[in-house]
Amino acid sequence: MKFQTFQIGGIHPEGCKISSNQPIEIMPIPEMVYIPCAQHIGKPAEVIVQKGDKVKVGQLIAKASGFVSANIHSSVSGTVTAIGPIPDLSGVAKNGITIKVEGDEWLETIDRSDTLLTNVDDIKPEDIIKLVSDAGIVGMGGATFPAHVKFSIPLEKKAEALIINGVECEPYLTADHRVMLEKGEQLLVGVQLIKKAIKTDIAYIGIEANKPDAIELLTDLSRKYQGIVVVPLALKYPQGSEKQLIKSIMNREVPSTKLPIDVGAVVSNAGTAVAVYEAVMKHKPLIERVVTVTGNSVEKPSNFLVRIGTPVKYLIEKVGGLPEDTGKVISGGPMMGKAATNIEFPVAKGTSGVLIMPDEISHRKEPTPCIRCGKCVDACPMGLEPYLLSVYSNKKMWDEAEEHYIYDCIECGCCVFSCPANRPLLDYMRLGKSTVMGIIRSRKK
Amino acid sequence: MSNLFTISPSPHFKSKTTTSSLMFGVLIALAPAFLFSLYFFGIGALITTLVSVVSCVLFEYLITKYFLKQKPHVCDGSAILTGVLLAFNLPSNISPFIVIFGALIAIGIAKMCFGGLGCNLFNPALVARVFLLISFPVQMTTWPVPIESRTSYLDAVTGATPMALIKGGQKAGDITTIANLPSFNEMFLGSIGGSLGEVAAIALILGGVYMIIRKIITWHIPVTIIATVFIFGGLCWLINPVSYINPIYHILGGGLLLGAIFMATDYVTSPMSNFGKIIFGVGIGIITIIIRNWGSYPEGMSFAILIMNAFVPIINRKFKPTRFGAKK
Repeated sequence: MKFQTFQIGGIHPEGCKISSNQPIEIMPIPEMVYIPCAQHIGKPAEVIVQKGDKVKVGQLIAKASGFVSANIHSSVSGTVTAIGPIPDLSGVAKNGITIKVEGDEWLETIDRSDTLLTNVDDIKPEDIIKLVSDAGIVGMGGATFPAHVKFSIPLEKKAEALIINGVECEPYLTADHRVMLEKGEQLLVGVQLIKKAIKTDIAYIGIEANKPDAIELLTDLSRKYQGIVVVPLALKYPQGSEKQLIKSIMNREVPSTKLPIDVGAVVSNAGTAVAVYEAVMKHKPLIERVVTVTGNSVEKPSNFLVRIGTPVKYLIEKVGGLPEDTGKVISGGPMMGKAATNIEFPVAKGTSGVLIMPDEISHRKEPTPCIRCGKCVDACPMGLEPYLLSVYSNKKMWDEAEEHYIYDCIECGCCVFSCPANRPLLDYMRLGKSTVMGIIRSRKK
Repeated sequence: MSNLFTISPSPHFKSKTTTSSLMFGVLIALAPAFLFSLYFFGIGALITTLVSVVSCVLFEYLITKYFLKQKPHVCDGSAILTGVLLAFNLPSNISPFIVIFGALIAIGIAKMCFGGLGCNLFNPALVARVFLLISFPVQMTTWPVPIESRTSYLDAVTGATPMALIKGGQKAGDITTIANLPSFNEMFLGSIGGSLGEVAAIALILGGVYMIIRKIITWHIPVTIIATVFIFGGLCWLINPVSYINPIYHILGGGLLLGAIFMATDYVTSPMSNFGKIIFGVGIGIITIIIRNWGSYPEGMSFAILIMNAFVPIINRKFKPTRFGAKK
């Protein structure tokens, strides 16, 4: 098998995909769900229910408050008990809707059967985008960019190919892997729908080499469909990063500060494609997603189908409870995930995994002097110089940081991963990046 | 279990490579060369290396603790490495006092004066070697004969190095008539006079391959130095084989391999980007041949590396890594 890849930088962290053989289990519905209003990039959704209202599964409870925003639906049936602060992984309460669960009553319009609907011929592109928008679908790989915005191609631009991201290059996470294995058919119909929406004839599904079963299955299934090519990709982090993925598959480089559509590509996550299928063919809004709950000390690492808003502590209980040696709980993968202050925070549309790390590897090591080994430069997939950018940021040399393209940083963490001196390069670079981008924005005004 | 979690920004995953694992990796790569030098120069090699390492570590500790008043971290292995490299650049029959003085120059002046680990502009071991070469020209160019001088230390039987023989021949006007020039085979295995760590080409190459496989260094610097020396030295030889030596002698003789593989690749004093490393290597190769062919010193590697060290900040500024999505 030939594996394609990107050329500049990249690292090879240990895979640790310990939950990859665990089939997706349906997580029981909790007693209470906490649904955040901001589960996507853009404006938070506007709440349209009131305290005391009865809601059904799939009912719209918060409306998109602009173009770059997304609808939010109730993931359970029951009574709205509060609108206001709910727990967040940062420890600072965020605005959300609390619903007390009563039974499991779904909206009648939702088709809950397992029958596979594959006929996409009669559906118009505008209808697909409308249904995707109504269903509140966002990028499920973690970036949570509203899908309908991505699929609405500006008039002056043209999508030449759709890329489905089934790479899952983050160590530990296996949610997309399981989705591809267990919902392959639905995924491919979803791909056909997205292709139609963005008006392109070709779709590539990029899958990393460590998922041979998914590559085989989807290659097999895709024979039935027109214009779907499964592309096996070499094992290298960050293979699943949008820009790197486009380079690996189409051999095109998204120019600095440009978007994938500028080189004719639309990238969407594998989980998103399944959600699109469900939204368009089954009229089911985005109310549940697959979450990997894993960690070296976890008793039973698993993949769950979870209702949005379920507190993470229920998931952790289900895998055997929080291990004795827990030091860190991460929402997402170990390379780009966020460390949580608590386990009360709810699963949101972008929660791909919950990683529980033992205390012994949870702490950062004391930084030692930079020995100028250049490993960060070699590792950077954007071809930047992290050692230099971190110094510029630390010394508030914003002009120099801008001249060295700090705004191109994708925050993948390759530099920190490979630094032998344990230097917190990315901490400085994030600070520098946000400051420099602020300066650039202020200049445009 | 505590109910408090550790929080920190991503990434939460780290490679196991640390500064000290890299430094000890280089030391492992130097082990074959050390074994060869023990075989050829015996007790002298052992004493010189020990004195050099112990004094480098000691100076680093004392200077950090009492002058800079910081917590000494000699465990990172960088001072040990400087000590070994300094010893490898000295004749094995040199007085231990000269070695201690060299260690003081290496650690005290070349490293600590510039700000310690990661801040020095020039390779500490080479600064010390050149300093000693100028201060003690006789002791620094009296080379023990291999194997014969295995059991003797300061009173070792001395002889000339291949590079010195060639320089002598050049000064006499014809290098084709030099007597006793060692064969390629002897030079490859190290049965020649020279600094204690530089003689066995095979051991140095073995160390280099090990470091490249373990990703301690990249191939760029050693390969470009050797290739440049081969091409530039070879051109001179093709034009005038009476005045200039076969490039294979340039590569196997003197400190070229030790320099190309272990000294020029020193992280702190070499460029960051791969393209910069190639420029750096080409520069070293050219300067080495210029000094060897037209200079008055038989050996030019140390000077070449130090001169190119001075250019590293400019190289780092001018030669940037290939950027993703750069506008073409």
